[in-house]
Amino acid sequence: MIGEIETLSKSSGGDGRAEEGGDEQFARQDGALKTFKELNKKPTHHRFGLGRTEGIVLISWGFMEGVKLLGTWPSPFSYRVIWALKLKGVKFEYVEEDLGNKSDELLRCNPVHKKIPVLIHGGRPVAESTVILEYIEESWPQNPLLPQDPYDKSVARFWIRFIEDKTPVFFRFCHSTGEQQEEAIREAKKVLKTIEEHALREEDKFFAGDKIGLQDLVFGWLAWLLQALEEVVGVKLLEASEYPRLHRWVQNFRAHDVIRSDLPEHNAMLAYFKRIRETFISSSTSAV
Amino acid sequence: MDGVKLHGVWASPFSTRVIWALKLKGIPFDYVEEDLSNKSASLLRYNPVHKKIPVLVHGGRPVCESMVIVEYLEEAWPQFPLLPSDPHERAVARFWVKFIEDKSLNVWIAGRSAGEEQEKPMRDSSEMLAILEEHGPNKGKKFFGGDSINIVDIAFGGVAYWMRVIEEVSGGKMFDAAKLPRLNAWMANFESSPVIAKNLPDRGKLRDYFVPVRAKILSSSTSK
Repeated sequence: MIGEIETLSKSSGGDGRAEEGGDEQFARQDGALKTFKELNKKPTHHRFGLGRTEGIVLISWGFMEGVKLLGTWPSPFSYRVIWALKLKGVKFEYVEEDLGNKSDELLRCNPVHKKIPVLIHGGRPVAESTVILEYIEESWPQNPLLPQDPYDKSVARFWIRFIEDKTPVFFRFCHSTGEQQEEAIREAKKVLKTIEEHALREEDKFFAGDKIGLQDLVFGWLAWLLQALEEVVGVKLLEASEYPRLHRWVQNFRAHDVIRSDLPEHNAMLAYFKRIRETFISSSTSAV
Repeated sequence: MDGVKLHGVWASPFSTRVIWALKLKGIPFDYVEEDLSNKSASLLRYNPVHKKIPVLVHGGRPVCESMVIVEYLEEAWPQFPLLPSDPHERAVARFWVKFIEDKSLNVWIAGRSAGEEQEKPMRDSSEMLAILEEHGPNKGKKFFGGDSINIVDIAFGGVAYWMRVIEEVSGGKMFDAAKLPRLNAWMANFESSPVIAKNLPDRGKLRDYFVPVRAKILSSSTSK
C-alpha cells in the first residue's frame, strides 16, 4: 500500500515545481489526510506550458492569461469547476488549499467569503462556483455548456438555483441524528422527488438533452457525493425504484469520460465524511 | 403570441424587481396581481415547483425566480443592459447578486421573528450591509452598476427598501445610516432615479400590509 502511494505521487506530478507546492501542502496536514491527497493526486497539475523564467517575464508584462483554480478535495463546488474547465479543454493549474491554513492568495482573492473555489484568470479572481461556471462558459465558447436559447438557459439557471438552495438539507442529513435526521430525510426525499418529476425528461440523457452541461455539473454531487453520505449515515435516499429517471441520470453522469476521469475515490470519501459526521454529532451532544 | 405577462404581488420585493427590469428596458407587459391566499390555476401550472410569484410568461413559456427572470430579460431584450459586457465584470456582478440573494434571507427571517429569535438574523443582516458598504462594486459611483442601474442595484433595491419597512413593523434595527454612508447615498440615488421612483410601492401601504402578516406568523409559531 505504501509502495502504491509513492508510485502515484511520482508519476502524476507535472513538473518539479508542482510537486514542490504539493509537498508543502502535505507537510501542513495530518497523516490521515495526506493519504487521501496522495490517492487523489490527479493529473490536474497542468501548467501553462511555460518555463519558470518565461512565466515570470510574462507576468511582469501583464500578459499572463494563465488559469489557476484554488480548490479542495472532495468539495463538490471545486469539482464542478474542474470538470467545466476540462470539458472546455482549458489548461489550468490546480492548487489544493488547506482550509485549516488558507493561503494568502485565497484570502486576497476572496476577501468576502474566504472560500474555495476561486478561479484566477489572467490575474483576476472569480469566486462562487456557479458564478465561475457562467464565467467559464462566457470566456471559452467552445463546447457550449449552456443552451443557446435564452428560455432554455433560464430553465437551467432555475434548476441550478434550486439545487444550490437545497444542498444544506443533504448536509443536515449527514450531520444529524434522531428526530432532526428524520426531518432531513423527509426533506431530502422531497427534493429528489421534485427533481424526478419536474427536472428530468424521459428521453434526455442529461438535464438539457444529449450533452452534459452546467446544470449536470451543479447537480453532479448527487451522483458521487450523495452515495458516500448514504453509506456513512446508513440510510439510502436515492432508490432506483423510487427515482428511475434520476437514477439513470446518475449512471449517465458517472459514465461520462471527463467526469469518470476525475471522481473522488469512494473509500477516501467514506472516511472523510465519517469523520465529519462524528465531529458534528459529538459537538452537538457535548453542547447539551 | 410573443406577449409578456408578469404574475406578481404589489407588496413583494421579488415581483417589484422584475417590474424595475421590465420598465428600465422599456418592455411592454401585462400584469396579473395574484392573491397568495387563493393562487390562480395559471400560477400553479407555471410554477409547480415553488408555487410562488413572480412568474414571467413570455410567448406562453414561464420563467420563475426573480433574478433568473432578470437574467432572462437581459438576454432576450439587449437594450438598457443590466450586465456589463466584459466576462470578468459580469462575474463580479453575478457574485454580488448571489451574495445579496443568499444573505438577504436573514432580512426576511428577521421580519418573521421576534425577541431572542430575531437577534441573530438582525446581526447577520447588519453584517451583510457592512460587507456591501465596504466591498460592493463601483465604490464611489452612483450605483453598483457605475453610472447607471444594473442587476446588482435591482437585486439590492428589492432588499433595501423592504428592510426599512420590516424595521418599522418589527421594531428591530438593521440599517444604521451613520455606519453606512455609502449605502445611505446609494439608497437616495436608487430610490430617486426616474424609473425606480415611479415603481416603488408606498411605504405606508407596505407597513399596513406587513403588520397583520407578521402578527399572523408570530401567533402561529407560538401556538405550536
